[in-house]
Amino acid sequence: MPKTIEEINEKIKKGTVVVLTAEEIIDYVQENGIKKTAREVDVVTTATFGPMCSSGAFINFGHSDPPIKMAKVWLNDVPAYTGIAAVDAYIGATELSESEGMAYGGAHVIEELIAGKNIKLRSTAYGTDCYPRKEINTYINKNTINQAYLFNPRNAYQNYSVATNSSGKIIYTYMGKLLPHFGNVTYSSAGQLSPLLNDPYYRTIGIGTKIFLGGGTGFVAWQGTQHSPEVERLPNGVPLGGAGTLALIGDIKNMSPQFIKAAIFTGYGVTMFVGVGIPIPVIDEEMVEYLKVKDEDIYVSISDYSVQRRSKPTFGKVNYKQLREGKITINKKEVPTGSISSYPKAKEISLLLKKWIKDNNFLLTSPVSQIPTSGSTKPLNIVNEEEI
Amino acid sequence: MASEKLILSFPKNVVTKPIVYHVVKDFDLEFNILRAEITPNLEGRMLLEIRGKKDKIEECKNFFKKEGVQVREATQEIILDKELCVNCGVCVSLCFSNALSMNKDSFEIEFDKNKCVLCGICLNGCPVNALKSKI
Ligand code: SF4
Ligand code: SF4
Repeated sequence: MPKTIEEINEKIKKGTVVVLTAEEIIDYVQENGIKKTAREVDVVTTATFGPMCSSGAFINFGHSDPPIKMAKVWLNDVPAYTGIAAVDAYIGATELSESEGMAYGGAHVIEELIAGKNIKLRSTAYGTDCYPRKEINTYINKNTINQAYLFNPRNAYQNYSVATNSSGKIIYTYMGKLLPHFGNVTYSSAGQLSPLLNDPYYRTIGIGTKIFLGGGTGFVAWQGTQHSPEVERLPNGVPLGGAGTLALIGDIKNMSPQFIKAAIFTGYGVTMFVGVGIPIPVIDEEMVEYLKVKDEDIYVSISDYSVQRRSKPTFGKVNYKQLREGKITINKKEVPTGSISSYPKAKEISLLLKKWIKDNNFLLTSPVSQIPTSGSTKPLNIVNEEEI
Repeated sequence: MASEKLILSFPKNVVTKPIVYHVVKDFDLEFNILRAEITPNLEGRMLLEIRGKKDKIEECKNFFKKEGVQVREATQEIILDKELCVNCGVCVSLCFSNALSMNKDSFEIEFDKNKCVLCGICLNGCPVNALKSKI
């Protein structure tokens, strides 16, 4: 008998809901089987905490007197985009400081904003009859501004890749520092805890799904940029590389710096660790089939990041259990592994979301609309206007 | 008597044993190999403590350099700031001496100072600056 979201929410309100994390459900299914699990478990919490460059925040500063139509904006010396209304701006996580370069960026501004710190706001304008002011220098924090919400165009990648370096020199990438001659590999997914790997065909996660975002609640706004569901998949639905993605939105005023952290990848730039938790309603037995996925069922290709091209040569596939054990083999050589996303943090989020649901502080939502299950990414070709 | 801790990096073609032998024979110094590792590049790295006359230590260091061995004074110490660390684990893949490791059950990062050869490779590999060198 399939369960509805309404029935699950009734159980949450009555305090009888059964919630497990995506890690806990693995053994539960092993012991109880698919049918019993589908009957007894109502919600499974998934999570991830990894560096997600495609993140940023919209801010509305409020109007000064006399007012200004901001043309350029800097927050702690980091440029924000303000080619929208007078006092609206978007601060991107990867934007670098004009005074400190790679040591400070948009992600740091966002983390400090969330932490309640004061941020220096500087703006210039050309001045109009309705917005005469041409310059402003002031301070803001999250209590002084009207709105601030994260709007992350692409988060929660459904699987990703494993990075290594075949060249003779150290390379610095968004997958971290890669040592020469296959000196190490890095990987990124939360594996068995990862939201879209537990709902590989987006049956329950869709537009409007309420989620944990950065310590507060947020929503899935849209499919993420580069959403690419049509990649090669295993029979269990697991894609062998980056596939689905989500655009996420959430109020910064409710977030915590524990779950949004600025990161610097030396030689690459600034990015932001984003904590995301997504509850998956156990609507039927098919859902349990997906939710029982474990690290050893999730495979990913090893790519050579020293090849500076769009498609990189690969060296076979490994699963996340092997990756988490600390060593894999490439070309008969033992190579140490390191994750760039935090499994302990993801686990912490999955447990916190579980608690919220059990304590009746978080009800589930049905998606307003599904995210696409077909389509793939397009390349950017360099052409003349006649050739396009 | 002076004593100094040195980090020696040997390129592939330098053989480590005879070099250390000269420490005793030619410069009349006592030595203690605190840690030794082979890096992923097949370079040798050694944390060596030498004790003896100050001028002899200097002479010995010059001798090392002449032989193609890189010499750095090990004045710093690596610190893992648990408050800042988010337990991602990227540093673990950079640490060939296993001073940084991942707990197999909790997947949290552990740092064993005694295994650290002060190579410094991990330092700019941490995205939140949780690994620092202290003088
Ligand atoms: S300096 Fe860092 S990488 Fe080198 S041995 Fe010590 S902990 Fe490991
Ligand atoms: S790289 Fe930094 S944040 Fe990540 S586990 Fe190592 S010390 Fe912690």
